Amino acid sequence: MDPDVAPRAIVAGHGALPGGLVSAVEQITGRGNALIPFSNVGLGRAEIESGLRDLLALHGVNVVFTDLPGGSATFAARRVQHDTPGLIVVTGVSLAALMDFVFCDAEMPAGESTARAVEKGRAAIASVAI
Amino acid sequence: MPIALYRIDDRLIHGQVVVGWGQPLDLGFILLVDDAVAESDWEQELYRLGVPPSMDVYFASTSEAAREIAKYASDRRTGMVLTGTVEAMLQLARTAVLPIKAVNVGGIHHREDRTQKMRYVFLTKGEEQDLRSMAELGVVVTAQDVPSAPSHSLEELLLGCMT
Repeated sequence: MDPDVAPRAIVAGHGALPGGLVSAVEQITGRGNALIPFSNVGLGRAEIESGLRDLLALHGVNVVFTDLPGGSATFAARRVQHDTPGLIVVTGVSLAALMDFVFCDAEMPAGESTARAVEKGRAAIASVAI
Repeated sequence: MPIALYRIDDRLIHGQVVVGWGQPLDLGFILLVDDAVAESDWEQELYRLGVPPSMDVYFASTSEAAREIAKYASDRRTGMVLTGTVEAMLQLARTAVLPIKAVNVGGIHHREDRTQKMRYVFLTKGEEQDLRSMAELGVVVTAQDVPSAPSHSLEELLLGCMT
């Protein structure tokens, strides 16, 4: 982990996926510190929401990536967003999207860097047949 | 068509409900029974965005659901009734105009006043008693988070089988 890379987003979702995605970003880019993983394992609705609020406050970030659009982490993030002006929630997170995000200039407005990440994530999905 | 599943899940609508159960049951609708959500247009909109276009979500307070359950049970599509608490499901079981035959305990997560019974079920003493009361009404209470997982009886759940 590069100690000079500051946290910029939370990656929230099911099971070991958030930690796995952040681990993969670190392995490939060395910028895993830019992402804080948060798993919903064992947590109820209120605890997921309060856990997200705590992490956002602790790290001073304004972006949450989540996995399933209809998942508990997304619902919790959207509830936090409801009373947190400026918070951006990106659903359907992937490794491709996160890698683009961590390479964006940290000074770039979050709306712009997340929009780029969404496009990269979409573009990385392909079905290959021989 | 009778309601396919009555589920208690403190996360309400989420991945296990929409995908885990929704796909194998071919759910056409979810009736979300929660007094707070029934009063919040914003929360309702949030949950509607979380389900696929092929699935409808209806919202009702516990008393509304008890009165109108027959309307949902006569829907031609497969439906699920979902509450976030044991208390709400017990109230429904006691007051619904149609009898509830079975209840699935799908997820009640850790809280300071709860004791762990299974990987995905933590209960207060009051919730344990409410589940027993449900059983005394003739409701078959089982615990099962996803369809592919084993189903556990109320006795196993209360003993704490930890799977």
